[in-house]
Amino acid sequence: MKIGAPKEIFEGEARVAMTPDSAAQLQKLGHTCLIETGAGARAGFSDAAYEKAGVEVVHSAAALWQASDIVAKVREPSEAEVDHLRKGQTLISFFWPAQNEALLQRCKDRGATVIAMDMVPRISRAQKMDALSSMANIAGYRAVIEAGNNFGRFFTGQVTAAGKVPPAKVLIVGAGVAGLAAIGTATSLGAIVYAFDVRPEVAEQIESMGAEFVYLDFEDTTQDGAATGGYAAPSSPEFREKQLEKFRELAPDMDIVITTALIPGRPAPKLWTEDMVAAMKSGSVVIDLAAEKGGNCDLTVPNQKIVSGNGVTIVGYTDFPSRMATQSSTLYSTNIRHMMTDLTPGKDGQVVHNMEDDVIRGATVTHQGEITFPPPPPKVKAIAAAPRKEKPKELTPAEKKAQEAAAFRKQTITQIGLLGAGGAALLAVGLVAPASFMQHFIVFVLAVFVGFQVIWNVSHSLHTPLMAITNAISSIIILGALMQIGSGSVLVILLAALAVLMAAVNIFGGFLVTRRMLAMFQKS
Amino acid sequence: MEFGFTTAAYVVAAVLFILALGGLSGQESAKRAIWYGIVGMAIAVLATLIGPGQGLWPLSLILIGGGAAVGYQLATRVQMTQMPELVAIMHSLVGLAAVFVGFNADIELGRVLAMDDAAREGLQGFAALLAKKTPVEIGILRVELVLGVWIGAVTFTGSVIAYGKLAGRVNSAAKKLPGGHMLNATAAILSVVLAVWYFNGGGFLALFLMTLLALFIGYHLIMGIGGADMPVVVSMLNSYSGWAAAAIGFSLGNDLLIVVGALVGSSGAILSYIMCRAMNRHFVSVILGGFGGTGGPAAAVEGEMIAIEAEGVAAALDDADSVIIVPGYGMAVAQAQNAVSVLTEHLRKQGKTVRFAIHPVAGRLPGHMNVLLAEAKVPYDIVLEMDEINDDFPSTDVAIVIGSNDIVNPAAQDDPNSPIAGMPVLEVWKAKQVFVSKRGQGTGYSGIENPLFYKENTRMFYGDAKDSLDKLLAHLR
Repeated sequence: MKIGAPKEIFEGEARVAMTPDSAAQLQKLGHTCLIETGAGARAGFSDAAYEKAGVEVVHSAAALWQASDIVAKVREPSEAEVDHLRKGQTLISFFWPAQNEALLQRCKDRGATVIAMDMVPRISRAQKMDALSSMANIAGYRAVIEAGNNFGRFFTGQVTAAGKVPPAKVLIVGAGVAGLAAIGTATSLGAIVYAFDVRPEVAEQIESMGAEFVYLDFEDTTQDGAATGGYAAPSSPEFREKQLEKFRELAPDMDIVITTALIPGRPAPKLWTEDMVAAMKSGSVVIDLAAEKGGNCDLTVPNQKIVSGNGVTIVGYTDFPSRMATQSSTLYSTNIRHMMTDLTPGKDGQVVHNMEDDVIRGATVTHQGEITFPPPPPKVKAIAAAPRKEKPKELTPAEKKAQEAAAFRKQTITQIGLLGAGGAALLAVGLVAPASFMQHFIVFVLAVFVGFQVIWNVSHSLHTPLMAITNAISSIIILGALMQIGSGSVLVILLAALAVLMAAVNIFGGFLVTRRMLAMFQKS
Repeated sequence: MEFGFTTAAYVVAAVLFILALGGLSGQESAKRAIWYGIVGMAIAVLATLIGPGQGLWPLSLILIGGGAAVGYQLATRVQMTQMPELVAIMHSLVGLAAVFVGFNADIELGRVLAMDDAAREGLQGFAALLAKKTPVEIGILRVELVLGVWIGAVTFTGSVIAYGKLAGRVNSAAKKLPGGHMLNATAAILSVVLAVWYFNGGGFLALFLMTLLALFIGYHLIMGIGGADMPVVVSMLNSYSGWAAAAIGFSLGNDLLIVVGALVGSSGAILSYIMCRAMNRHFVSVILGGFGGTGGPAAAVEGEMIAIEAEGVAAALDDADSVIIVPGYGMAVAQAQNAVSVLTEHLRKQGKTVRFAIHPVAGRLPGHMNVLLAEAKVPYDIVLEMDEINDDFPSTDVAIVIGSNDIVNPAAQDDPNSPIAGMPVLEVWKAKQVFVSKRGQGTGYSGIENPLFYKENTRMFYGDAKDSLDKLLAHLR
């Protein structure tokens, strides 16, 4: 099959759906690759680089659409582009079918198959094609960089000869992929990072990235992320009020606020109100990653950077991934490549559009002249429903103390019991056995006791050397043979001699082999 | 020499032996500890040689020298994979030596008792010690002697059979003569009868017959234990050889023998206990062979095993950040430890986290895998025990299972009817991806079906472990 990537015609879009690397991988699947001249220029990939990777450079968009069986794009197609589509052709791109019904209808009318990269279901098998996540990751990173660009201070706290610099305080609202990426970037720059999310189960992820989870004390806050495929759902008005109250409390302290809160298929919730911006210090920065959907901040103007009356910069860019076109093209083209891998199971250049496959079915929005959106729910659930955790009962100090005391008493009783029984047994033996036997017996009991104490500390990995060395020292039996070898009886001398010989083999063999083993253990 | 000197030397030797065992708590201190053991043994032997009652010391020295030569050859030639066999065969030597020393004690006792008082005055050494004993003490001595000989004989044949099984010269499957445990029980009861006869003047014949019975018990007991239970068997025989030495020490009145015997005995007992706990089985059920009682049929396994080629494994390893390798006896059989080491080094160079998870009963000897990996120059600080690493599997990208089966069997946790239900296992299936290197589709030693192989995130990498790893390495480079 011929896979072609045209130049993006959307204003300001710098990404491209195919890189020389991904083209090389696609060719391994048995496909041939085409690219429109100059398509990769703004992402840093020249036509020459594509040619070197074996990609045919086509000189016009029309020719590319004409020649390709499969067209891979980044942005959803414009109306003019849709007109290039023909029956049997496949288009792979972001499509947003829920918002672009008219476009979807037109694609269907042209008889083309459309695979929407934004509709790839969120199951673990499909993670490698999850372009939304890979783009969100870039957006989160870029948001922090953009904030740093507009922020007049260091992120990290420093004590220098020229004075003390406090660390920047960053609040991330919404801990999805973008939010988590922003947390990671901001913490690694040295900022103190707080993060908020309506889904309490992400608290662990937030803390694992090094931020502090802003805890909201509210009953029934539990949103089951599993029910919505891991996305947030709208929250109740009471909850929202509580949330805004918390933000108001935090606003004066925060230097940088990055909002990433989105609810699928709805305008972005307004979370950072005008009065919060007013409460912030001059020079602070708000980055609104939800600007395209109306913004989380009241003052956000999409695609613009504005400065509020009190000197707070509010960035409403909507093209963060495109601002890092090389990186985002690399990741996006890899997502596309993985999609193609699933579409060509035979690796023979033959596309098998298996509508039984959860991932392919989910992403396909038109197929064979029919609209196949929305897809049926996937057979595999994205995330297992989180079992409601019972909070372990907090023990009062008194209860704890009582418990410990009880455990201690129990231990003492067992120990005293054992000691008593052991002592009684010893005494009983002592009553009947002669003194000379008791002498040895005491030694024996003590040695067993020492043995038990010592051996428990032997490291697990040294059990084989332990066996070898105990084997070597068990040949202490040689002492018995040595004592008897001086006897008058020939038979005794013979048996003793044999015993000495065998024990000697054991002593030397055992110790040498132990030494050999121990010498092998080495640290990295 | 004064008798006091010998005792002093024995005390020093005993302390050194305790330090030698205690030093094994860490890899670095162990290297020093071994010298304590060697010096302790040298002091003990020297003190005995120049101590009272010693004669024929030139012969003794020659014999020790001869033994040293053989021991040196054995220790330097042995392959690390043959370690279990070596340890087993060396136990048999201790057992046999204990039997001989016990026989000697009986013969000497008979000789001394036959003498009149005048002749006894002229005796020295061990015989002199015997001469001074009261009738009660002689009675006790006989009990100790019987115990020493009996345990020694069981250790001897048991170790020889264990050696045979480990070396592959005897079929490692559990085998029993008709009569099974009844045969063992009869032999044990007969031994007791013979022992009583011996106490009441049965003479050497009674002792000898009892020894033959003990030899049979040792043979039959170990023949009935399957290959997978060998770690317990070997550590149990280790323990027996210690108890035999201690019993002989009692009859000879030698405290050092008692101390060392008790140390070795308790060490082996603890090892056996650890192994049994790791398999969630009772010591008795392991020793009596076969698996303990389980009710109901094991749950049927659904799904199919999906095979994968070296290329696929290499790709997954390329993408992985953290890898855990779970080696088992199959790695030892295929001599794959060096290939594993090269793989580890390669992955670590690429900045990936590579660790090893060792189950307590992996292999045929306690700590077997650790020794093999150490031989292949895998650093010991990335080789972890089950309890240290089991919680890390969920955050691991790739788990590679090389030649192990039961120790990674999820049925132990999921299926109450499984023969290994309740046994602690390595939870490899929680890793994102699992590769199992295995010779074929068979069920391995215990014959238990392993649901791990059918899991969705498991891929089977068939073939001899070493060949498979070599192929994999070729793809990784």
